[in-house]
Amino acid sequence: MTDSKIILSVKDLVVKFRLRGRVLTAIREASLDLYEGESLAIVGESGSGKSVFTKTFMGLLDGNGWVDFGEILYGGENLAKYKTEDDWIKIRGKNIAMVFQDPMTSLNPLKTIGKQVQETVELHQCLKKEEAKKAVIEILNDVGIPEPERRYNQYPHEFSGGMRQRVVIAIAVACKPKILICDEPTTALDVTIQAQILGLLKRLKKKYKLTTIYITHDLGVVANVADRIAVMYAGDIVEIGNCEEVFYNAQHPYTWALLSSLPQLGVKGKPLHSIKGTPPNLFHKIKGDAFAPRNPRALKIDFVEKPPYFTVSPTHKAKTWLLDPRAPKVEPPESIEILRKQWGLSKDA
Amino acid sequence: MPDNKREILLEVKNLRVEFGKAKKNRFAAVDNVNFHIYKGETFGLVGESGSGKTTIGRAIIRLNETTAGEVIFHGKRINGDIDKELDKEVTRKIQMIFQDPMASLNERAKVDYIVSEGLYNIKNYKNEEERKEKVEKALMDVGLLPEFLSRFPHEFSGGQRQRIGIARTLVMEPELIIADEPISALDVSIRAQVLNLLSELQKIKGLTYLFIAHDLSVVRFITDRLAVIHKGKILELAETEKLFKNPLHPYTRSLLSAIPLPDPRREKEKVLEIYDPNCHDYSSNLPKWVEIEPEHFVLGNEKELEGYKKILKEWI
Repeated sequence: MTDSKIILSVKDLVVKFRLRGRVLTAIREASLDLYEGESLAIVGESGSGKSVFTKTFMGLLDGNGWVDFGEILYGGENLAKYKTEDDWIKIRGKNIAMVFQDPMTSLNPLKTIGKQVQETVELHQCLKKEEAKKAVIEILNDVGIPEPERRYNQYPHEFSGGMRQRVVIAIAVACKPKILICDEPTTALDVTIQAQILGLLKRLKKKYKLTTIYITHDLGVVANVADRIAVMYAGDIVEIGNCEEVFYNAQHPYTWALLSSLPQLGVKGKPLHSIKGTPPNLFHKIKGDAFAPRNPRALKIDFVEKPPYFTVSPTHKAKTWLLDPRAPKVEPPESIEILRKQWGLSKDA
Repeated sequence: MPDNKREILLEVKNLRVEFGKAKKNRFAAVDNVNFHIYKGETFGLVGESGSGKTTIGRAIIRLNETTAGEVIFHGKRINGDIDKELDKEVTRKIQMIFQDPMASLNERAKVDYIVSEGLYNIKNYKNEEERKEKVEKALMDVGLLPEFLSRFPHEFSGGQRQRIGIARTLVMEPELIIADEPISALDVSIRAQVLNLLSELQKIKGLTYLFIAHDLSVVRFITDRLAVIHKGKILELAETEKLFKNPLHPYTRSLLSAIPLPDPRREKEKVLEIYDPNCHDYSSNLPKWVEIEPEHFVLGNEKELEGYKKILKEWI
């Protein structure tokens, strides 16, 4: 992936929110390079800031939130400087589009499906009535909705959850975006439908040459769709690397903890691994490694100083003092060994 | 091996639940469903949304009326018209945990009231002191502190709210708990906590669970036996491990093939099995619910059953 072009670059982004008179830091100096044509997955617990992080790319932060510091570079412009809706309209839809989590609430129940897709087509592709309708039917066909001519005149309540999610995807793709952000696209769906939707997204990515960002907490979904994985904790990306590197050679204790909580690792009659404690309170300033208080293997320095990125391979880096040459050798937890066995990897692979 | 002498706690026989009053829009959400739950086990019910799994749970707990069939608890029929005493007993002994802890707690009531509501309803406490004791004990059992009693639901996180939901079932000292997607609305790490809590409570209190879910990787971890339901009909039922190893019905196979694997190499090469309901030819030969090997039931017509038997032989 390294030889392809960087399409979006985030540098030291800080996002803050004002809540009941206090200021909360949701994103703490996170940096990320997104390569053209890749599929990146951002994983983390709820509240880790993964949704907020991607919302800043489209200017969709709630009214009480703002970008405090840092840059978001896209197409030669710094999106972090954008203030007005007029600025953002140039980006939204045409350049960056989003598929939201819950297909039950993200469609307008009072308008037909066709009209809702047509809206975006008319706005972004400047097509007129008949032509626009033709384009809509083609897109509905693309996202795998059978009998698009008949479905065009139907309302959202006449669609099942999976079909509605296809419509939401159709709306996002109708603008011919360069980057597609999928915020938990399958969390609200059943396994069989989930597999279909993921297949659809992958097919569309190829057809429209999209760069995709998936936000999810389901590591099974990640394994299916991602080229690269960014692990987010308390508003910062603590580990990033190619999909196989992060799965098979995880370095950050938080990534270990996430992998260990997989139900697939469960042995009947024994408790499942769970991450002790709660994520840090983002109202306070965080000292050192944010995960240290929940990390049974934390070093002393973890509580004092924030770790920088340590490079594992040219494509893989992690923010943990364990990778410092001076650090003592700490073995990953037993569950990671079990996972490696399941994957058919030897201990030093 | 399954012990045939195990006590059956709940039995569902030929259950049918219909919705819609007029003859024209009658719709059978649950159609001719049979299964039994042994005392002390965790019985799983999986299926996609709209398959009728929640309806079965609600029919057992008398929230949905049954059209035909029987629900038998401790040897007594508990569906349809039953006397007040039995109704009270069922309310106490069968309890339900709901899916969304954000929606299932009364926002205007304190935890104290939420947990004791069931007690108030059936008055199975002698005095105020005993009630308090029971409520506090239930809270401690789910890992919450007694001082939380005076707080409101909005002061808690999703995981804590689900614990409150569990506490209010425990306070009734139930025998059977119907857990309807208890962890679908929760985060990965909190999921593990709630699952651990449920299995711990089962060990200590000897509870029996009916676990309704669509997340198969969780179901595999927590359930002892598993039934797969599709469009109101149970298609296959077996011990969980057996079902995962030898799935017979094409729908079960497609469901299992769709489980996302947390392994990039295998997940990216995985081939999905697609289930087409038209693959069954039931026009001349109606399907039957048959025990194809001990403790392994499957729905199929004679021709299909022969095929399944062949597959089973190959596996052995």
